[in-house]
Amino acid sequence: MSPADDGHTPDQRGILLDGILFLVGLILMLQLWLLTATMEAFLGGDLEIAWPAALASLACQALNLGLWRILGALDPR
Amino acid sequence: MQDHPAEFPPDYASQDPAALPRIRFPDGRSEPDQPGWRHAFPIDWARDQVVSRRDFTRLMVLTGLAFTVAQFGVGLASLRAGRARPEPKALARVEEIPVGETVRLHYPGPRDPILLTHLSTGAFVAYGQLCTHLQCPVVPRAELGRLECPCHNGWFDMAEGRPMAGPPRRPLTRIQLEIRDGVIHATGVEERTA
Repeated sequence: MSPADDGHTPDQRGILLDGILFLVGLILMLQLWLLTATMEAFLGGDLEIAWPAALASLACQALNLGLWRILGALDPR
Repeated sequence: MQDHPAEFPPDYASQDPAALPRIRFPDGRSEPDQPGWRHAFPIDWARDQVVSRRDFTRLMVLTGLAFTVAQFGVGLASLRAGRARPEPKALARVEEIPVGETVRLHYPGPRDPILLTHLSTGAFVAYGQLCTHLQCPVVPRAELGRLECPCHNGWFDMAEGRPMAGPPRRPLTRIQLEIRDGVIHATGVEERTA
C-alpha cells in the first residue's frame, strides 16, 4: 500500500497517523504504569502478579508493533 | 555546513527555476516566492515532520520493548524470590531483651539487618532495618514508640511497622517470630504492601 493508492487524502492520512501516534503513546504509558505497579507489588512481597503483568506488557508491545507497521505502510519514506 | 551565497538574500528572480532544488514549503508557494531567510534554512517542512513522527513512534515502540523486558525481569526475580525460603534461626533469649529495648541482629543472611523490639505490651516484634523509601537504616525511638529513618525524616509505627509520616509508603519488612522454650526464633520474612 503506498500513499498514492491507499484511497486517503493527505489530510485523512495525517489524522490517521496522529491517531496511531496517540494510541502508541497511550499504550506506552500503560506499559510504564504496569511496570511501576508490578515493581511496587513485587517489593511488597506480592509475587503472583509479576507474570500476568509481563504477559500483559508483551501484548501491549505486540499491539504497538502492529501500529508501528501500519504507520510504516501509511507513511513510507 | 553550507556557505552563504555571495548575494544574501539571493536573487531568485534571476535564477533558472528548473535549477533550483525542489522543496515543498508550508505556505505552498514556490521557492522563488519565498522570503530570503528560507534559503538559509532550506528545510522540507512537510517531509521533515513525517520523518520525525515515524522516528518518534519508533522511539516509543523501542521504549515499550525496554519496559516489557524489565517486566519479564521482574517475573524472573519473583520466581527466584518464591523459591528462596529462609531457614528458621534462633535470635535471642527472652530475658536478654528488657521491655522497651531494641537490639540489632541479622536475618535471614548476615547482610540483612533487623531490629528486634520488646514492646511495652510484652510482645516481641522484629522488622527489617532498611527503610522502604530508599533503604536507609531506620533507628528506634523508644520514647515515641516509633522507628525513624533519619535520611528523609520518615517515621514508622513500632507496633506494626507501618509508615506514619515522611516519604515511605510501604511498611517495613516484618520478621515472623516464634518463642519456644524461652528462645525467640525468626521463622520467615514478610514483605508487605500495606
